[in-house]
Amino acid sequence: MSGSLTSVAYLGATILFILSLGGLSNPESSRRGNLYGMIGMAIAVLATVFGPRVSAGGVGWIAAALVVGGTLGLYLARTVQMTQMPELVAFMHSLVGLVAVVVGYASYIDPTASAGMSPAEESIHHVEIYLGVLIGAVTLSGSVIAFGKLSARISGKPLLLPARHWMNLAILLAVIFFCYRFLGAESIDEGMMPLIVMTALALLFGVHMVMAIGGADMPVVVSMLNSYSGWAAAATGFMLSNDLLIVTGALVGSSGAILSYIMCRAMNRQFLSVIAGGFGGGAAAPAKAPGASQPAGEVVSISAQETAELLKEAGSVIIVPGYGMAVAQAQHTVFEITKYLREKGKNVRFAIHPVAGRMPGHMNVLLAEAKVPYDIVMEMDEINPDFPDTNVVMVIGANDIVNPSAQDDPSSPIAGMPVLEVWKAQTTIVMKRSMASGYAGVDNPLFYKENNRMLFGDAKKMLDDVLSALKA
Amino acid sequence: MPGNRHGPKADRSLKNSYRGETKNMPQVIGVPKEIFAGEKRVATVPDVVEKLRKLGFSVIVQSGAGDGATIGDDAYRAAGATIVPDAASLWSSADIVFKVRAPTADEVNLIREGMTLVSFIWPAQNPELLKQLASKKCTVLAMDSVPRMSRAQKLDALSSMANIGGYRAVIEAAHEFGRFFTGQITAAGKVPPAKVFIIGAGVAGLAAIGAASGLGAIVRANDTRPEVGDQIKSLGGEFVPVDYVEEGTGVGGYAKVMSEGFQKAQREVFAKQAKEVDIIITTALIPGKPAPKLITAEMVQSMKPGSVIVDMAAEQGGNCELTEPGKIVVRHGVTIIGYTDLPSRLPRQASNLYATNLFRLSEELCKAKDGQYRVDMEDEVIRGTTVIKEGVVTWPPPAPKLSAAPAGAAAQKPAMKPAPESKGHGHGGGQPMAAGTTAMIFGTAALLFVLIGIFAPAAFLGHFTVFVLACFVGYQVVWNVTPSLHTPLMSVTNAISSIIIIGALVQIAPPGLVGDAAGAVRPEVLIRWLAVTGIALTAVNMFGGFAVTRRMLSMFRK
Repeated sequence: MSGSLTSVAYLGATILFILSLGGLSNPESSRRGNLYGMIGMAIAVLATVFGPRVSAGGVGWIAAALVVGGTLGLYLARTVQMTQMPELVAFMHSLVGLVAVVVGYASYIDPTASAGMSPAEESIHHVEIYLGVLIGAVTLSGSVIAFGKLSARISGKPLLLPARHWMNLAILLAVIFFCYRFLGAESIDEGMMPLIVMTALALLFGVHMVMAIGGADMPVVVSMLNSYSGWAAAATGFMLSNDLLIVTGALVGSSGAILSYIMCRAMNRQFLSVIAGGFGGGAAAPAKAPGASQPAGEVVSISAQETAELLKEAGSVIIVPGYGMAVAQAQHTVFEITKYLREKGKNVRFAIHPVAGRMPGHMNVLLAEAKVPYDIVMEMDEINPDFPDTNVVMVIGANDIVNPSAQDDPSSPIAGMPVLEVWKAQTTIVMKRSMASGYAGVDNPLFYKENNRMLFGDAKKMLDDVLSALKA
Repeated sequence: MPGNRHGPKADRSLKNSYRGETKNMPQVIGVPKEIFAGEKRVATVPDVVEKLRKLGFSVIVQSGAGDGATIGDDAYRAAGATIVPDAASLWSSADIVFKVRAPTADEVNLIREGMTLVSFIWPAQNPELLKQLASKKCTVLAMDSVPRMSRAQKLDALSSMANIGGYRAVIEAAHEFGRFFTGQITAAGKVPPAKVFIIGAGVAGLAAIGAASGLGAIVRANDTRPEVGDQIKSLGGEFVPVDYVEEGTGVGGYAKVMSEGFQKAQREVFAKQAKEVDIIITTALIPGKPAPKLITAEMVQSMKPGSVIVDMAAEQGGNCELTEPGKIVVRHGVTIIGYTDLPSRLPRQASNLYATNLFRLSEELCKAKDGQYRVDMEDEVIRGTTVIKEGVVTWPPPAPKLSAAPAGAAAQKPAMKPAPESKGHGHGGGQPMAAGTTAMIFGTAALLFVLIGIFAPAAFLGHFTVFVLACFVGYQVVWNVTPSLHTPLMSVTNAISSIIIIGALVQIAPPGLVGDAAGAVRPEVLIRWLAVTGIALTAVNMFGGFAVTRRMLSMFRK
């Protein structure tokens, strides 16, 4: 395959990737979109393997590596629980980061890569390697920590070291210093030292950045790492002078950045401060803001039997799922209840807050897995005006996203965060394991409202009881 | 205030000598006791007496006028009013009389020439009264004729009375209804919530919706004007429309008479509701016409025993065929309340609001605050309210030009303000960035581009162009992704980012470059193993990413 043919194939792959992302604009076209992505990837890989830059001797190696990796990947994809999707995604980000590092090193020690370059070109090439490794390493260690936090192998609590912003700044300065050393290196061996030190620093930075972030902020982190993995690919593309990599990296990078932005907006946070990784102070801190008013009133608990009665009486029901539903694996029972109520002619809908769960769209995927039709799953802005007309709202394992103090109490740490206005409904039922506050560490006045009932216990077990009471 | 010390007699003698020549003497506002049977309201309250005195008027109140509303003479006295013993002395001393009910024949006889009477008159229903009043050469302002304009809302006594009536109608219904309004689950068993159907969502209807939903009932409401649907919902009611296309809004935001086809469709809706609900409250009135008969005897028959109907239109003939105005009757096991004095059953509240309405009117009539009424017929509000000007009947006024409805609807709307967007990137959907921020971003970008243009070699620039354009393409494409697919978006972008495999592929065995002119030896084995590792890792990502995305997407169904 000639060089031109390869370029054309790359162009085709690029178009297919763009179509793939475009297809996700609605669930109907999304399956075709995914297919476009696969075809694009196949074209790109085949064009490279049979193109001018890979000699026949490498094909065997490539095939072997693909089979090994592919088998593992397919196995993971098949066995992963939908509730574990955030972990899987974080794990995969870490792989992209690792590959960017590996490719960067390989490119650096390969003298042929920079053969015949002018000094200016070589400097740029080295900066590109340096950047690629840097971003890759941050993505790698950040994703590993995120994976650990999401799978509860590491505590979800934010780790706040003293003077951490100064530490980050110090790391940044050190990275710039070693970049200077790296560029000034006479030989590959001499340049190796700064590169390795920088990699270590970048890894440390990634760890530190994600450790400082609380559990409820994970959607931002996951989408941010998604963005970083894209930029890592783009940097590798510059390093290898490969436009396909640059385009794809930029697509992925901006996609992740937009997702982070959407998540930030949903939590009323600054976009730039998150991209820089410099957050974790604000609402992630468990400390209560002084002067935050203590909600007054009594908490009224309710039994599963009574919940079922309320649901039977109701004409319209809105279910608000949160991370608690994912933890309890209760989505299938939720669907059973939904099905039953819908058969009785009730208007049952789901309200999804943008940051419900641990990654963007997490709840949608869980509900889709449980076969809940997507046309009754509503976004926050769609459904907020409907709460006053709703008889019963069931909040399943969610807390901060239904906290009225975000609107009522300007001194609250989550003040200004858009929330689902469930308290406007006739009755709300909050399912929780205990009275503990949410990730933001803020007490929730909703629980003390007169029209609120608390259903304490494990979400799955309680919902099972509600379902059997409904059917009785 | 010197007038007070003189007492009514002295006032009168002074005035008699001055009447007609000077306008400097403060006018006397008189508030008689209502004599209509069962009327408990009074046209002024102590708070308002003080305010009227600040406008320059002196106020006299008939002894016992406030008894029905539990306001004693002493309270009026404390507010600066003079108490007069009987109606005759009040009518003879006052220049302006405030009343609630239209004057009876006896009261009309007490009116002196040149007096001003402010009261409910109902000129359309009482042409005879209008004639008698005109013959007295007085000026009459009818509180029921206040035009429906935004500016006149503060003196719209009909609205304030209707508001009270609507509330009281629910209370009366609750009183007669043998059950809770709110649904409850108690230790002694389950209580289903009461279902209330309200016909007509004017001021009274809306007040009834608010009161009934406040008590916990399931509230439905119907109105011929489709635009009130949002108002019904905002008060916790459910709008029950009639599926028949016809514009039901008449002049001034009031309802109008509907066509035969509409009425038939409407009857079907009502018949259906009658079978389902426990309580019906009707408030349907058409200005100047008898109340439409909306609830037939058959509908009453179809209601559950123990149900309640409150007919707020009883005075105008009633919306229900079986209503007896002024009474509670039980027909077919359904209690039908036909009280015509609902606002009067909340006398203190009603007196307060009515007195305030009258005070607002006085403000309009006495802008100079010198205690003199000036009936300015150029003012649209005053023109509409005035039914007799110095013995000349001026009713009906010329048709008002503006309807109150759009203003009312607009007032309901802005309750939901968009939350302020966070600053920083003005991505799609957000508000446009501040000009300063935009300029800064563009300035920085321009500087960056200039630097790159100066220093970067041509090959790099080509790639850089591609990179920047790709960022923009990604930006445009990703904003179109529906939020419910954000997780698949992440996994598919993740799979796509395994395109980084190309980096590893081209390193594994580049053809014909071994031992290049540069002289350095390529560490073949090391690079190969690095590349193989890279390929294997990305393969996990590539296959896994696409497969899991496929699995997820196949779950999304309608």
